[in-house]
Amino acid sequence: MENNRTRRKFLTGSAFGLGSAWIALHWPAILAAQQHAHDVLSSGQRAQFQFFSAEQAAEIEAVTAQIIPTDSTPGAREAHAVYFIDRALITFDRDKQSLYEQGLRDLPSKTIELFPSAHKFSELRAEEQIRVLTAIEQSEFFEQVRVHTVMGFLSNPEYGGNHDQVGWKAIDFEQSHVQTPPFGYYDAEYAKSKS
Amino acid sequence: MNQSGTNGRELAVRFDTKTPVDFVVVGAGGAGAIVAKELSTAGFEVVLLEQGPYLHETSFQHDELKFKDLYDPPFIGQDTLTNIHSLQPNTFRKSETEKAALAPAITYGRCVGGGTVHFTANYWRFHEIDFIECSRWGSIAGTGFADWPITYSDLEPYYTKAEWELGVSGLAGASPFDPPRSKPYPLPPLPIKSSGVLFERGARKLGLHPFPAPMAILSQSYNGRSNCQHCGFCEWFGCEWGAKSSTLAAVIPLAEKTGRCEIRANSYVTKIATDKRGRVTGVSYFDLHKRGQFQRAKAVVLCANGAETPRLLLLSESNLFPQGLANASGLVGKYLMIDQSAPAQGTFAHPLNEYKSVQVTRVAHDFYDSDPKRGFFGGGGLDGRFDWYPMGYALNGMPPGASRWGAGFKASLRENFNRTMMVLAHTTTLPVASNTVSLDPDVKDAWGQPAIRVTFKGHPDDIKNLAFFRDRELELLDAAGARQKWAFPISDATAGVHLLGTCRMGNDPKESVVDKFHRAHDVPNLFIVDGSSFVTSGRNQPTCTIQALAYRAADNIGSMAKSGSIETSF
Repeated sequence: MENNRTRRKFLTGSAFGLGSAWIALHWPAILAAQQHAHDVLSSGQRAQFQFFSAEQAAEIEAVTAQIIPTDSTPGAREAHAVYFIDRALITFDRDKQSLYEQGLRDLPSKTIELFPSAHKFSELRAEEQIRVLTAIEQSEFFEQVRVHTVMGFLSNPEYGGNHDQVGWKAIDFEQSHVQTPPFGYYDAEYAKSKS
Repeated sequence: MNQSGTNGRELAVRFDTKTPVDFVVVGAGGAGAIVAKELSTAGFEVVLLEQGPYLHETSFQHDELKFKDLYDPPFIGQDTLTNIHSLQPNTFRKSETEKAALAPAITYGRCVGGGTVHFTANYWRFHEIDFIECSRWGSIAGTGFADWPITYSDLEPYYTKAEWELGVSGLAGASPFDPPRSKPYPLPPLPIKSSGVLFERGARKLGLHPFPAPMAILSQSYNGRSNCQHCGFCEWFGCEWGAKSSTLAAVIPLAEKTGRCEIRANSYVTKIATDKRGRVTGVSYFDLHKRGQFQRAKAVVLCANGAETPRLLLLSESNLFPQGLANASGLVGKYLMIDQSAPAQGTFAHPLNEYKSVQVTRVAHDFYDSDPKRGFFGGGGLDGRFDWYPMGYALNGMPPGASRWGAGFKASLRENFNRTMMVLAHTTTLPVASNTVSLDPDVKDAWGQPAIRVTFKGHPDDIKNLAFFRDRELELLDAAGARQKWAFPISDATAGVHLLGTCRMGNDPKESVVDKFHRAHDVPNLFIVDGSSFVTSGRNQPTCTIQALAYRAADNIGSMAKSGSIETSF
């Protein structure tokens, strides 16, 4: 259903202002590419982690949720950034696995150092989590999680993050194969002044 | 993706490797595709070798992670359209006394269409001054600053040919600094974006002369190709509409249609072979399966770009050519000129939504010429643009002082992504002999070939010029009403995408590698045409000139071949 809806939206959205025979000729190929992307997306809906244990995933998710927090709009948690990271670590970022393994050992140590009664980072209150992360923000591990969280928030949903395009919606970015002028405030104003 | 190399065109011609074809062209990019198309149209049999894949519009997706080569750290791009740094490492050093270290020093298009598939499509002609600047300005100590052996008027017909055959949108006469032209642009300018409006507003306030950017992107459908749909995935991406006038979209189909041009993708050339008399006999290459192949040819045209072209000549050393092929002058690989830049950005009160449409819609050439009053050599052009996609912006493009994570980061990202624009200067790079492409003595690529080693340190005038232009950028943003503006730091370039000057053109075989018709001084059936032919950098918008040179070179090579004045081995 999701596929059909997206595909329909794509079709109608793209019909503006086109009249060229070229486009009619090339539709099937463009649609095939789109369909492929959507198939990848739908097959990617899975509940299981492939690199992290469930427990590790909860810790990493808690870190991502402080990097891009949830407020009036969705954050890294709703974007499923942790799923993006999990998949990245078994595909194009395999060489970052040991960095995460080490980071997942260091995170509880730093947590207990600052909050001796705590057990886990994910169980801390938000302001406590921010204190722990501030203490490690210069580390290679934190920088990697930061970069991965941004990627999991804003990359294509096919990669497991940016669930339901919440990252793109948060920044008012609309992915489309066709855009029409005026594009922004100033060119709209300019067009009015010229007409 | 279709890696097979036929692109579904089942009638594509195939040549036998053992029978010499008229021409092998190495590199199917901005220049090579044009040379192959022109020569096959003129009746010659051509094999066009390309190290990258033969992709199609349907391969081009809106996928920042897959397609955008983020050549800024943290290098999260996947090199889909460009050279694959993980398989083709480069090394970099600032001077000959240093040991070069691994670094992604060069980026170029690696697919049929080359860099024109992913380029911004800024399409500036050189001005008349670019060809004769040394005699106007005087020589500059410590550089190889020189006039070109050709002038603007030699190239003008070919600029026109490029614009009309490829499809360029622009407005002739809109810039008072434009060189003379024999024909207007074939297509009107693309619609102005908010960055263009603000650029124009700021520039006018400063008394400058902004004009609609000449872009190799179709504003209207043309030659059976779709017009631009403003999807925004343009610079660093392939155009799924075929509206960007890459050689893949505009030239390759014409070459294949002749029935005399074979596009042989996934073919990584490693050596140009010669006979005992020093005539080229063909090229060795690895195919997709890393099997060694040899294609015989009566003549070779090398169009592999300003880094791979000199590398291939150096790799082709032999008893007859101990310094590398066509390198009696010792200048192969020298005078490397790469693009240096120091952009500035500003944020504005209302949304610009710059992620839509092409990158650039307004340009100013008021500071194009060098001015002795500035106290250094240098000139350039300015454009208004937005170079970012969401991830890249969040990681590298945000205003200074923004938090790097947390609620402040998210708020700044939400507020500024659609309110940011960039002003970018494209500036001169002086030719310095110690700036080079050479073979790394230790590092090898995945095919066992010596890696490209880049040695580069910008001339002091280049750096002064960047500082001058950074000030102009900030002034312009201010005049446009930016609420916040900032410049990126000026530092010596350690990476380049515009790769120029490494097989320079000239009349004197001691001072240049190719003659004014792009024939290697030392090898009668070897021609070289790409960014390496440049004598000076222009204002670092080279594609239009590379392509005009390619049309001109092909014209002359075809005439020479027809009159039998290319001595061949077969």
